Amino acid sequence: MSEPILQVNGLKRHFNVGRGQVLRAVDGVTFEIRKGETLGLVGESGCGKSTIGRTIIRLYDATAGEVLFKGRNVHQMNRKEMRQFNREMQMIFQDPYASLNPRMMVGDIIGEGLDIHGLASGKERRKRIVSLLETVGLTAEHANRYPYEFSGGQRQRVGIARALAIEPEFIIADEPISALDVSIRAQVVNLMKRLQRERGLTYLFIAHDLAMVKHISDNIGVMYLGSLVEKASSQRLHENPLHPYTEALLSAIPIPDPQVEKERQRIILSGEIPSPISPPSGCRFRTRCPKAMPECALLEPELREVEPNHFVACHLYH
Amino acid sequence: MANLLEVKDLEVSFKTHGGEVQAVRGVTFSLNKGEVLAVVGESGSGKSVTAQTIMRLIACPPAVIKNGSIRFDDRTDILSLTDKQMEAVRGSEIGMIFQDPMTSLNPTMTVGRQIAEGLIKHQALSKSAGLDKAVELLQLVGIANAKERANQYPHQFSGGMRQRVVIAIALACNPKLLIADEPTTALDVTVQAQILDLLKELCDKLGSSILMITHDLGVVANIADKVIVMYAGKVVERGTARELFYDPKHPYTWGLLRSIPRLDTDDTMDLIPIEGTPPNLLNPPQGCAFAARCPYAMDICTTRQPEETAVSESHAASCWLMHSQAPKVDHGLMLGGANR
Repeated sequence: MSEPILQVNGLKRHFNVGRGQVLRAVDGVTFEIRKGETLGLVGESGCGKSTIGRTIIRLYDATAGEVLFKGRNVHQMNRKEMRQFNREMQMIFQDPYASLNPRMMVGDIIGEGLDIHGLASGKERRKRIVSLLETVGLTAEHANRYPYEFSGGQRQRVGIARALAIEPEFIIADEPISALDVSIRAQVVNLMKRLQRERGLTYLFIAHDLAMVKHISDNIGVMYLGSLVEKASSQRLHENPLHPYTEALLSAIPIPDPQVEKERQRIILSGEIPSPISPPSGCRFRTRCPKAMPECALLEPELREVEPNHFVACHLYH
Repeated sequence: MANLLEVKDLEVSFKTHGGEVQAVRGVTFSLNKGEVLAVVGESGSGKSVTAQTIMRLIACPPAVIKNGSIRFDDRTDILSLTDKQMEAVRGSEIGMIFQDPMTSLNPTMTVGRQIAEGLIKHQALSKSAGLDKAVELLQLVGIANAKERANQYPHQFSGGMRQRVVIAIALACNPKLLIADEPTTALDVTVQAQILDLLKELCDKLGSSILMITHDLGVVANIADKVIVMYAGKVVERGTARELFYDPKHPYTWGLLRSIPRLDTDDTMDLIPIEGTPPNLLNPPQGCAFAARCPYAMDICTTRQPEETAVSESHAASCWLMHSQAPKVDHGLMLGGANR
């Protein structure tokens, strides 16, 4: 098996929200991603999955813990090292309407990375941009257009072409398909899978659509209120979910099949996610957990490997 | 079963500087009492415009209702009612749930007063009686400490709780019809499951019908009795949920079903997307609107619009492949249910 390309150790990212209150968006998360694999990160809004992505690529500073990319600590890099790191890791954003500069032509949006890193100029730059546009299923003539002339799916392709321009090894995709129509989502997902096969890319794929995450990921991490509660191969996670939250999450997702829907037993969770400003003591999920025990309030469960490559943070398995 | 709502040949356009956008181009469907009808389609397919026209919430101008009729509860055409008459229907006989619970409530009014507003207006309740009823409704939609919560403002509620409040408002006057426009899209899945259960339970209890607009086929399978699939302002296929999922006839419906992964199967194959993008409704194509994206398109598809062909009493599709002389095609779908 290949080496881990990214290691996240005890990562915390807290935000000061005023009046002395601290929002613990990410509160001690540990995982690793191997070269060429896709790790899907799922969870509901406010669970910290996007914050993890942004902290890994150092859009946010870490409050504690470390992010090692190819063994180097991302948060201790100097300016020169950061420049190199930015070439190796890129990001695709959720909203294809907000993440492209409306006053720049698409060719320049894609070429900006080439300019910054001095990778190509003149004819060579033009050639690279055209080839990138073609890679993502657009054409050379699109280079001279502005983002408003594109549909959502096409804009997301531009976002992908921009991320690919400087030939990164690692791409963080933060909800890359949730703003798109159903029929367009498959186009973008297939494009990402093809690029991974062709270029050996490694993905951190952040999304809340578990069916799509299962489809694209090798491994899946499930987050709840700032912590990673379970991590396993996507097949194993679905066959044998161990954490009560994962079970509930899987059972809540409607399946496009009326008969299956009619016969399914759902675990309906009561209530909603508590505030990350004052999370419950012990296990964060205990206030909604159908299997909570007295000890859950006392001690925070650690993430442990209960079968090969299957990690869970729950007192039921300790 | 009796018809509660009958929409016939509805056509709605928007006048813009660029020309006339034909958002709804001849939509016909009916909804029976106690039934849940799901309207499926992509953004721009005309599903929300259809719903807003039924509620007469659409601004004219820029919109123009060019043709069609909407009969509700065996009475006169909704489109011919005066604004004043429509006010008596809206909120009292037809309730509406909007997509975004964050913006559909008034932030400066307590939740209780917002629920009571319709009751005071339509059922001539006194202010205090209206507020008492509001507390009952909050209990009905599963909000704990309803009495105290009624005196709170929307910002003190979470997203799922706000959607419950919106449902309480929509149900306040016991409407015969509930129009829900993407009611769970803005919610997390575990909360979505709660809200779908709540809607089903309340409709059983109160006997209301639901017109549910959604793009999520999982939600459709969960809640709908009948489905209509819309594309580029037209209904391309209609049927019961089972007919649509187990025996779909229109290539667009096939495309939708092929392009979504299922959580309960082990498919590692690539998804099959629908290539291309929907047509521009400023200048809709002469033939079938889906022809440009359809892998089975024939010559006739680009020149003539297909008529609706019935498969069974409840099931019909508008596609030239249904014609007796059309070639047989294999949609290559792994259909659900018994076939899985």
